[in-house]
Amino acid sequence: MITSEPLWEVFIRSKQGLDHKHVGSLHAADAQMAIENARDVYTRRMEGVSIWVVESKYIHASNPDEAASLYDPADDKIYRHPTFYDLPDELKYM
Amino acid sequence: MENVQKVFDDKIAGEIKIEPKDWMPDEYRKTLIRQVSQHAHSEIVGMLPEANWITRAPTLRRKATLIAKVQDEAGHGLYLYAAAETLGISREEMVDQLLCGRAKYSSIFNYPTLSWADIGAIGWLVDGAAIMNQVPLCRASYGPYSRAMIRICKEESFHQRQGYEILLTLCRGTKEQKAMAQDALNRWWWPSLMMFGPNDDASPHTAQSMKWKIKRFTNDELRQKFVDVCKQQADILGITIPDRQLQWNSERNHYDFGDINWGEFQNVIKGNGPCNKERLSERVRAHQEGKWVREAAIAYAMKRKKKVAAL
Repeated sequence: MITSEPLWEVFIRSKQGLDHKHVGSLHAADAQMAIENARDVYTRRMEGVSIWVVESKYIHASNPDEAASLYDPADDKIYRHPTFYDLPDELKYM
Repeated sequence: MENVQKVFDDKIAGEIKIEPKDWMPDEYRKTLIRQVSQHAHSEIVGMLPEANWITRAPTLRRKATLIAKVQDEAGHGLYLYAAAETLGISREEMVDQLLCGRAKYSSIFNYPTLSWADIGAIGWLVDGAAIMNQVPLCRASYGPYSRAMIRICKEESFHQRQGYEILLTLCRGTKEQKAMAQDALNRWWWPSLMMFGPNDDASPHTAQSMKWKIKRFTNDELRQKFVDVCKQQADILGITIPDRQLQWNSERNHYDFGDINWGEFQNVIKGNGPCNKERLSERVRAHQEGKWVREAAIAYAMKRKKKVAAL
């Protein structure tokens, strides 16, 4: 039973070829109104070719307190970066 | 066990943004809720003195640009309410605080717009002061607030140009038009200076806000910058800032200026400005008259949900 307008997160793709970025949130009774409101609030200067709205309650987020243990495995694997590899200067196209 | 206060302090010191799910001191959260929600209220209430002249704008171009500006102010309020909500306060509660008179909004919007020239003065001085305040806020330590401010600053610059261009047109027009521009400057100058808030030694929140990197410059620093910049701009218009003590000080490399009537400021903040009651009653009326729209939208959404569930 809805008694008030739920909160929606808004994602906008500003140009064809780019991905959607989170720009903020708004309240609306349903998805269609959320999209229309998002157009009015977030695209007054043609900053959007595509709008996604998701009810905030459906966003799941990682816990910043657990960031250390969550990202630890990635922390010491510098060999994932191309600069780790020592190659001669005269080598081209690599 | 991690010291959450130290993690927070290190982020502030290292210019790393604080985001909604991060631990933060209660006072940091409280002060941001207060500042961001009052900033939002200011944008919404600020629509009123300008909307007053939409139907009487002298040309179609002036009308279109004024409407666009007022729409932007609505948008700005909405970005800021959204940012404030990430701190744990609901939209309903913030709206309630405004409509019940418990929340403050910028004192400047309690003054009336008496002539078309006022729209020019507001764009030049009020938006000008807002920009001066808002650019440093783009670097505020709280992520959602800083991102909202970056959006707002991008949109704000046309506001000031729109206003200045109005005054330029009037000042280059007839004698009566120039006089109207001078009159608007006379009425809006001092209230605009008050927008920067009390003097530093009388500002209770400044020290803590600066420690938390919410605020980057003090009230007096910003106010001085504003005076210096506006004097040159007024000279181009050919109108006079209504301050007999305004004078270049070559030692300080700034303009000296007269004392602000803080009594007037306090009185307006308390609710006794020329338009406080009118502004609030207008907001209350809009909220009440819009109730049926909100209820209808929700009823329709519920009906559709039931229909879909029944399929």
